[in-house]
Amino acid sequence: MRRVSRLAAVAAAVALLLTGCSSGGTADDGRITLEFQSLAWQKESVDANKQLVEEWNAAHPDIQVKYVQGSWDSVHDQLLTSFEGGEAPDVIHDASDDLADFAYGGYLADLRDLLPARLKSDIPQHSWETATFGDGVYGVPFLQEPRVLIANAKILEAAGVRIPTPERPWSWEEFRAVTKKLSGDKKFGVAWPLKEPVSATLNLSLSAGGRMFHRGADGKVTVRFDAADQVAPRTVHDQVNTDGSASGATLGMGGSDTLPGFFAGKYAMVPLGFSYRQQIVQQAPKGFDWQVLPAPAGRDGLAQGVSPQTLSVAEDSPHKKEAAQFIDFLLRPRNMVRLALGDWMLPTGTEALKDPTLHTEKNDWATGTALAGDLRSAPAQSVRGYAEWKDKVATPALQEYYSGSIGLGELRKRLVKDGNLVLARYQR
Amino acid sequence: MRPSRPARAGQYLALLAYLVFLAFPFLWLISTAFKPPRELASLHPTWIPKDPTLANFRQAFDEQPLLRAAANSVLVAVCAALIAVVIATPMAYVMARHRSALSRAATGWVVVSQAFPFVLLIIPLFLILKNLHLINSLPGLTMVYVVWSLPFALWMLVGYVRAVPPELEEAAAVDGAGKLRTLVSVTAPLLAPGLVATALFAFITAWNEFFFALVLMKTPERQTLPVILTHFLGAEGVADLGPLAAAAFLATLPSLVIFALIQRRLTGGMLTGAVKS
Repeated sequence: MRRVSRLAAVAAAVALLLTGCSSGGTADDGRITLEFQSLAWQKESVDANKQLVEEWNAAHPDIQVKYVQGSWDSVHDQLLTSFEGGEAPDVIHDASDDLADFAYGGYLADLRDLLPARLKSDIPQHSWETATFGDGVYGVPFLQEPRVLIANAKILEAAGVRIPTPERPWSWEEFRAVTKKLSGDKKFGVAWPLKEPVSATLNLSLSAGGRMFHRGADGKVTVRFDAADQVAPRTVHDQVNTDGSASGATLGMGGSDTLPGFFAGKYAMVPLGFSYRQQIVQQAPKGFDWQVLPAPAGRDGLAQGVSPQTLSVAEDSPHKKEAAQFIDFLLRPRNMVRLALGDWMLPTGTEALKDPTLHTEKNDWATGTALAGDLRSAPAQSVRGYAEWKDKVATPALQEYYSGSIGLGELRKRLVKDGNLVLARYQR
Repeated sequence: MRPSRPARAGQYLALLAYLVFLAFPFLWLISTAFKPPRELASLHPTWIPKDPTLANFRQAFDEQPLLRAAANSVLVAVCAALIAVVIATPMAYVMARHRSALSRAATGWVVVSQAFPFVLLIIPLFLILKNLHLINSLPGLTMVYVVWSLPFALWMLVGYVRAVPPELEEAAAVDGAGKLRTLVSVTAPLLAPGLVATALFAFITAWNEFFFALVLMKTPERQTLPVILTHFLGAEGVADLGPLAAAAFLATLPSLVIFALIQRRLTGGMLTGAVKS
């Protein structure tokens, strides 16, 4: 009898748990409900996004937006499955370098006829290029960040080197000379965090006129590794292997990993994304004096490649027009500034960039904002086969080159010869 | 033959090294969870935080719905564990006691089913659950976890059933007990440690699972702890390390508590399954 009671109790418990598992239904009250999947992750940024959604919902009772939290770490797989299953969010936050597969796969709506003229004209053409694939525009680029040099101001001042500005940046040669001057006694002028060396190398190479990917008249893309493409990688290689002015130990690190050594005065400068300032403000020892410097300039000035954050609309969304209206609301100049401040990044919109809060000296916002006009579409993000070229060819080749295992000739051979074999498979 | 002193010392040394190896990540996680941001970025990190703080825990709770996510995880993992054991037990009994072509085929299928990668399954699974209106629903996720843990649970239980001597069941039959009575009164109590161990395995599998939960659960109200933890990660691997460590530390606690509570039964269960009659 006791056993029977026990069994009954277990059965009841399972039944109760299953009842608890049941998800509640959603009332169909006739209103349009859009799902907005955001990848904001820092508190200020999440708060800004949620607040904007609340403001929209208060002003648009017939078009309600539901905030859905996604994460950068897994967004590609999660979106791919959602697209395949026809369950994708209506409004999708992502980065432009993740959009190519989705755009070519027909999962994203072409926004050209959906967006208002105000938004189209507010964002510069070179930013639109980052989200243009084939003939269509599949995302609105709204936040971007240049790679900058974050410097230990005291070390630079003590060494008496010229401090570069966006108006008078260092050339690549001058940068190399300065890092030599800042090195010695187990200290380094610069620490390159090159765990993922390809995008950093390609994006910085734009300043010297390097493009590496060249589209022919037949529309096919081939890889070249000309003199202009070599300026940035050769500088890094020589700093590590010839001058001893860059730490070889940081080549395998991510950006955050270099900060302890930077705070300890081991490295005078670290090339990092502009948004890393937030971590520096949070983590730097009290009294640590740091400043933002522009990356070195070449024959094309301060040009560098970026892959901005984007907002897209799912092709399967039954409410594309309303989704585009919501994007237009999110990206009004004042709102774009709020999003930019939340993420410590730069807005793409020209009106938003004029906002005084982005021109303050505090945390060197002004230096970064001055670089916005030089940001270009990352060279390879629309090239089909780029992902494989990056993972199988360029990443190991650049890692070996930077560590001194191979020379420039071998690097060229791998990037070009092996690389073109990879790209050819995608362009038959 | 007793091992010599040096051999025994070597064994203890190896055991100690293994324990240190296992404990290191967890102890480092605890240490990180209590460090303020400036200590996290120190070039010379310390085991004991110089200026311990609960700020990371406060921030983790402020920024993410950790309690709700933990409740979802508990609910799904407990449901999945119970259902998997309830389904697997009779199946395991049949496979262990009645060896036939069918049971051999079933055993083979169990082994093969473990070889399927997640990514191969996720899209058909997603479509099936969508048609059943079970996307973004905890019962849907529970079903997935039951199916996912069932083959291994079955595999484990077959071993435990085989460890129960059939002679005991035969004796009960001689005493007049029917099949059901024999199962309930004789076999089930002897299987208890194995059932606990299997349920624990299914619980841990569901508790730690990330990919299915990520893809199937869309709204924060339904997401489980592993999915919520990724919200502390930014683009290009940047992490809000302190709150992430605090949340991850909290996420490990239920497993540890359950292990601590049933450790004896689990050990007994493992030994039972290890000895074949």
